[in-house]
Amino acid sequence: MITLRNVHKSFGAQKVLDGLDLDIPDGKITAIIGPSGEGKSVLLKHLIGLLQPDSGTVEVDGESILNLRRSDLNGIREKFGMLFQNVALFDSMNVFENVAFPLEEKTSLSKEEIRERVLSALEDVGLKNIENKFPDELSGGMKKRVGLARAVVLNPKIILFDEPTTGLDPIIKRAIHQLIKDTHDKFGFTAVIVSHEIPEIFDVAQNVAMLFRGKILQHGTSDEIRNSDHPAIRQFISGSLDGPIQMA
Amino acid sequence: MVQALGHTTIGIVRDLGRAGWFLLYSFYMIVRRPPSLVYILKQLRFIGTKSLFVIVLTAGFTGMVLGLQGYYTLTKFGSEGMLGTAVALSLIRELGPVLAALMVTGRAGSAITAEIGIMRITEQIDALETMALDPFKYLVTPKFIAAMISLPLLCAIFDVIGIYGGWLVGVKLLGVNPGAYFYEMEKSVVWRDVYSGFLKSFSFGVIIAWIGCYKGYYAGHGAEGVSKATTESVVLTSVIILIWDYFLTSVLL
Repeated sequence: MITLRNVHKSFGAQKVLDGLDLDIPDGKITAIIGPSGEGKSVLLKHLIGLLQPDSGTVEVDGESILNLRRSDLNGIREKFGMLFQNVALFDSMNVFENVAFPLEEKTSLSKEEIRERVLSALEDVGLKNIENKFPDELSGGMKKRVGLARAVVLNPKIILFDEPTTGLDPIIKRAIHQLIKDTHDKFGFTAVIVSHEIPEIFDVAQNVAMLFRGKILQHGTSDEIRNSDHPAIRQFISGSLDGPIQMA
Repeated sequence: MVQALGHTTIGIVRDLGRAGWFLLYSFYMIVRRPPSLVYILKQLRFIGTKSLFVIVLTAGFTGMVLGLQGYYTLTKFGSEGMLGTAVALSLIRELGPVLAALMVTGRAGSAITAEIGIMRITEQIDALETMALDPFKYLVTPKFIAAMISLPLLCAIFDVIGIYGGWLVGVKLLGVNPGAYFYEMEKSVVWRDVYSGFLKSFSFGVIIAWIGCYKGYYAGHGAEGVSKATTESVVLTSVIILIWDYFLTSVLL
């Protein structure tokens, strides 16, 4: 369980998180939705200690991740995998080296075992015979899948997805969503997905939280949020220009 | 006005503290969790081997111009036999370490900042952190070690090529006695001159890696942020090298 309590975060004069509370349950897919620029990625980075709140608490399995020594924070980070919005593959490494990197650095597996694990992770995401390609030779969808393979290769307990389908065509989007569901069913990790994909995300996630004006407006099951009466949520789901959400 | 001054002062003090911490933490990581040999060799190739051409070229022409200028000056005193000494001492004590460092700053220091800066803005550094891996071990400390090894070696090559550049102009073109060129040099260059040059090179290696990595690690947003960081890195490294050179020379004299 990841718990955030009364989290505040500002960048200069811009208030991004304003007393945010959120509980992310174990073993489920939780989606965080909300208008662009509301701080969804900032929120995600707080979960893994890439950003520290100005005030408030962030706990992973009951342990606070704030103000820890690097070694202690790394101990907690070992529970996590993350798929970045821009995938963040190491551009000087090929696909095989990218996926093998965490295994080489974090385990004592032999070269042969690493090779097997990498090829199996790539196969799980539907990729074959691209091990020697470099990230700049891959399409957007392929990069996302390599990123997903790298995120799951150490079998982490929690995986964070930062807009995993942004910039992809509808078919690849659906394929990536299906892949997240399938890998989740296979490995049973806790997933947190930041997404704009309405209404598809309701079919992927079990829980959905809507972030608006620095707070979680409503958090519930996909159906509860889909059928919410809250004007901002209704407006966001319908994509209407009229309502409490105003374009900046 | 007072508020703006206060903000600027706080900003400068914060940046200095962060840069100081960066240097200390880099050395801590070198000792505590040394990087793998593969990463060090890769950086040795990049900072050292790939700088050879520019070092040889600069050294050759620096030695040649020293030969010309030295000959012109020494002839006025009828001491052209001291040309070897003049060229060697200028190179070994001063020009070798400083010019080699400035050349490496332009070639490798800028590339270090750009590489780390691009990794920062494309979240590759964040990706390392989320894997519970310390980015310093992969991106920073191999560069520190490689620069500390490469710079004294490049300086040695600079000195040798420069001395032969001076010999080419002084002895072959201007007719200075070849025996006197090398004999006077051997007589007057002492071990202290050589090691003070190496000590300078070593410290310049630290400065190049330090500023190059630091500026990249804290690069601003987007392509503009990386470009600004790269420019600042080259300018700041060059300035610090020249200032540090003065202090080191005054101590080592």
